[in-house]
Amino acid sequence: MSDYIVLCCILFSLGAFGVLYRRNILVMFMSIELMLNAVNLLLVYFSVLHKDPSGQVFVFFIMAVAAAEITIGLAILVMIYRHLGSISIDNLKKLKW
Amino acid sequence: MITTLLIFFPLVAALLVFLAGQRFAATVGILATILEFFFAVSAFMDFNSAKLWNYEVMQPWIASLGINYSVGMDGISLALVLLTTFLLPIILATAVNGSLKDKKEFFALALVMEAALIGVFTSKDLFLFYIFWELALIPIYFICLLWGDENRRPVTFKFFIYTLFGSLFMLVAIIYLYLQTPEKSFALEYIYKLSLSGEQQTFVFWALFLAFAIKMPIFPFHTWQPATYTSAPIPGTMLLSGIMLKMGIYGVLRWILPVVPSAVTEWGCLAVMLAVIGIVYASVIAIKQQNYKTLIAYVSIAHVGLIAAGLFSNSIEGLQGVVLQMLAHGVNVVGLFFIIDIILKRTGTLELSKLGGLRNQAPQLAVFFIVILMASIALPMTNGFAGEFLLFVGIFKYNPYIAGVAGLTIILGAVYMLSSFQKIMLGEAKPEYNSIQDLTLNEKAVLIPIVIAIFVFGLFPNIILDLTDPSIKAILHSVQKTLPVAN
Amino acid sequence: MMEFVWLIPALPLLGFLILSLFNKYIPKSTSGYIASGMILGSFLIVLSLLLKAINGNLEPTIVTLFDWITAGDLKLSLSFQLDNLSVWFMTIITGVGFLIHVYSISYMHDDEGVTRYFSYLNLFIFSMLLLVMGSNYVVMFAGWEGVGLCSYLLIGFWFKNQNYNDAAKKAFIMNRIGDLGFLLGMLLIYTQFKSFEYSTVFDQASQIINPNPHGDSGIMFAITILLFIGAMGKSAQIPLYTWLPDAMAGPTPVSALIHAATMVTAGIYMIARSNILYSMAPCTLDIIYTIGTATAILAALIGLTQTDIKKVLAYSTVSQLGFMFMAIGLGGYSAGVFHVTTHAFFKALLFLGAGSVIHAMGGEQDIRKMGGLMKKMPITFITFLIATLAIAGIPPLSGFFSKDAILALAFEASPIKWGLGVFAALLTTFYMFRMLYLTFFGEFRGTEHQKHHLHESPLLMTVPLLVLAFFTVVSGFIEVPHVFIHGGDWFSHYLAGAHIALPEASHLSESTELILMFTALALVVSVIIITYVIYVKNKVLPATNEADLSFLDKLSYNKFYVDEIYDAAIVKPIGVLSNFSSSFIEKQIIDRFVNLSGKAVQFSGKNIRFIQSGDVNTYAIFMVLGIVIILFINLVL
Repeated sequence: MSDYIVLCCILFSLGAFGVLYRRNILVMFMSIELMLNAVNLLLVYFSVLHKDPSGQVFVFFIMAVAAAEITIGLAILVMIYRHLGSISIDNLKKLKW
Repeated sequence: MITTLLIFFPLVAALLVFLAGQRFAATVGILATILEFFFAVSAFMDFNSAKLWNYEVMQPWIASLGINYSVGMDGISLALVLLTTFLLPIILATAVNGSLKDKKEFFALALVMEAALIGVFTSKDLFLFYIFWELALIPIYFICLLWGDENRRPVTFKFFIYTLFGSLFMLVAIIYLYLQTPEKSFALEYIYKLSLSGEQQTFVFWALFLAFAIKMPIFPFHTWQPATYTSAPIPGTMLLSGIMLKMGIYGVLRWILPVVPSAVTEWGCLAVMLAVIGIVYASVIAIKQQNYKTLIAYVSIAHVGLIAAGLFSNSIEGLQGVVLQMLAHGVNVVGLFFIIDIILKRTGTLELSKLGGLRNQAPQLAVFFIVILMASIALPMTNGFAGEFLLFVGIFKYNPYIAGVAGLTIILGAVYMLSSFQKIMLGEAKPEYNSIQDLTLNEKAVLIPIVIAIFVFGLFPNIILDLTDPSIKAILHSVQKTLPVAN
Repeated sequence: MMEFVWLIPALPLLGFLILSLFNKYIPKSTSGYIASGMILGSFLIVLSLLLKAINGNLEPTIVTLFDWITAGDLKLSLSFQLDNLSVWFMTIITGVGFLIHVYSISYMHDDEGVTRYFSYLNLFIFSMLLLVMGSNYVVMFAGWEGVGLCSYLLIGFWFKNQNYNDAAKKAFIMNRIGDLGFLLGMLLIYTQFKSFEYSTVFDQASQIINPNPHGDSGIMFAITILLFIGAMGKSAQIPLYTWLPDAMAGPTPVSALIHAATMVTAGIYMIARSNILYSMAPCTLDIIYTIGTATAILAALIGLTQTDIKKVLAYSTVSQLGFMFMAIGLGGYSAGVFHVTTHAFFKALLFLGAGSVIHAMGGEQDIRKMGGLMKKMPITFITFLIATLAIAGIPPLSGFFSKDAILALAFEASPIKWGLGVFAALLTTFYMFRMLYLTFFGEFRGTEHQKHHLHESPLLMTVPLLVLAFFTVVSGFIEVPHVFIHGGDWFSHYLAGAHIALPEASHLSESTELILMFTALALVVSVIIITYVIYVKNKVLPATNEADLSFLDKLSYNKFYVDEIYDAAIVKPIGVLSNFSSSFIEKQIIDRFVNLSGKAVQFSGKNIRFIQSGDVNTYAIFMVLGIVIILFINLVL
């Protein structure tokens, strides 16, 4: 059964790696989704393992939050693109010393 | 009750001053401070010396944190309140006499400061003490900033941060003490009952002492003072040197000596030595100062050094000397700064090299100047002598050699005071000053009470000594019971 | 009578207050009379006390005015002790003081600040009375400082002249150096005897049995030497004497009163009063003797070449004070006080006479420009001559008896000490007669204008001269050595009534005493004759140009460069230290630390801000790192 855990960890790490090192904002959003889904998978696994439905219920919460978050995020992304003409995160450095 | 009246009446008066507008601000302010002085005198008349604390007021405030509005006056508090209320009218009169623009703001600020100062001297709750301590800093900051000379911004900033730095340690110590009380309270009675271990006492002692040492100031924490005194407007300097520095001395008397007595016995020697080094050091520097205001600033450090040495002398003569000299120094230094203000107004400068021969044009000024000068070098029959003499007795009992070094102040004091007096007042009349006039009636109205106070307290110091004797004995008792063998 | 005792100091104080507060309203001509009247009042009351004392009816009495300072066990009161010693000094102070007040009415009558002058003079008498009347050391100290203040005010009376102001400042500061010693000695007395009152201290002291018969108890030595340091300052002994010659900047009556007859004798009073303590500290007495003798000789050597009439007298005063301390160092307290008395009369007389001369010369003080004044100013001359004979020690004038008493004590200690004393006495004779001859004998050497102006001084000035001359003649008879009259030593017994120890009975045979006296006398007379030959017969004049002086003369004329040494060794270094402290130590060291903390905060802020790179990825990396670390700590540790 630990294979599931390993799978989720790999997925989570891939997602984290993507957030930290990719320059394209869309790709960062996709990586965030990947991390969220990895956690979802883990929750389902443990809910089946402990025969506790509350894990799967929580998955729904996460999916709703993910949807809301990605909506706002993409809206902001569109506005950034209109402003800067690019969606590379390197252009967003104004909040510095 | 009268304590609450004494604390809050100046605040009300500050508001009234603001409302009175520019024309009447001065009158309202001076009347209010004189009225306040009469309140203080009536408190003095009705003082019951059988009780240690009089006029107590106790109102729960933030009960969950053990903070109460607890105020009262014992002999020492009352003496300092008398000093404050006596000096404020003089300080306001100086402001009127000088040329402070936007005077009503100044009067309002000075009145707020008076309230805060009286609050410090009468608090019986440690947190309330801290609140008033910090509160007193705000008006003086504005006074120095708004009406100071061209250096005022960096100098006032340094003064503010330096003082706050000390207060930070004081706050830590205060909270620490609070946590040690079983009743979780800041009240004076519970803090006094604490018995802390040696290390605990050492920590509390140094934390509190640092704040007070910066305020007084004691060598080597004094470097903010000459610049601040020089750059501040003269009424501001009077507030600083006449009253505010007494907060530091009072803090040691009220919140260090009875609270951490074994730390006092252990570390007192170091404090005394720092104080005495400060006396000689500041006196030597004063000799060659060219700006008279800076000179008097250093003189103040020297005088306070002697008082601070007396604080740790572990003798009743020393501590009574501390009280007496606090009052004497307050009166004398305000007198000196008033004379400085007059000189500045008449001649436009305080540089010793440019002044000279003023006695020819202003003989009455010279007379008052010499009287106040002699009081500050402790001529017998003046207030300066009684206090200084008692301090010397106390310090000598503590350690005769330290007293010998401290005694250099009587020689060096004569040197810098007489030299500077000679440079300002004596000699041939300088033609550029031929048109200055002698003292006006208003100026005499300020100087005469000062001179009267000098001689009354010089000849009859027992007026104050009898008042403060029970409280001093109580404080001394708590210090001495830590000694293994009765002294 | 005792109820009026408080009036004695109160009258001069009242005079001071009236003259200073109502300065503008008092006509200049009356201020002197008011001041003198006050002193006369005090004098009359003192006289009644003196009569009582002389008849042996004055028990030491303490009169308490009020409680002054009370703190714990310290109960200081403002109280007076009236006994034979204090009453004697009070008489001198008020008596000579009164004469000088009267003299000043004429001398200062055309000065602008004459009312101010008399107010200060009255304040001085008040302080000096306080000094000698006090029943404890603190009241003495109060008077001590008070006379220091008055000395400052009076030396610098003509404040337009910065040299005079410097002299006044110097006097005050040097006095203060001595005062520190006095204060510390006083505090040591308090810690030892738990009181400042003379009666308590001396009672306790006399009960101390010295466990070490071969040396001093250390405490007694410390107390006495510290008190003596105070006396050194006030009574101008080496090394604190240089202020006195400079103090001649003040008006001449001031020099007469303060720097001859009264203030400078305060040191001797203090030691005479504390004689019980000093008798327990023989080492200190030796030191006192040495310093007294050295001062007597040094000052006399300087006086040999001085050309300002007042400076000669100033150095003479320093030298005579040395004699008084010489006496005390040999245990002769009554001899010291005796010399104080006779010296008060003849020195005041000399100064007032000099004032008369200066007045007549229109302000000139250089004796090289005087001469032949004896014809023009007969009264001044006669009285001056009497005083000079007295100071030289010619019998039957008072100076002879008092000086002889000291020399006799010296011989008993050792012939060498006697020799030194005689040497100093001969030097005294030389320079005093030199001054007398140059001023009053021979031809007048001044300008024509001055010659026209020469006249005898008015009555108000000459009458005090005559009164003082009278006392100079007769005051010696209060203490006559028993070779002449058995039981003639009235004064020692009088002082014994105030617990002043009698000197030890003399071990000298009568013939030895007479031989000593006549030897000294013969030497003195020879010096008078020699001086006459030099300055009158051969008309030798002191050089007008300093370059013409020989090396020794130059050394003496320049006061052995002591002032210059003090300036270089003490005054300048302190100035350098002051500048160094304020510029270097203050700014570079202490303030550096303070500013350093501010700079440190600024510096770290400047550098840490680079973490805010604005790069979101970097922030995200830090976040993840932080989470991992926290998880690690919680799970593993």
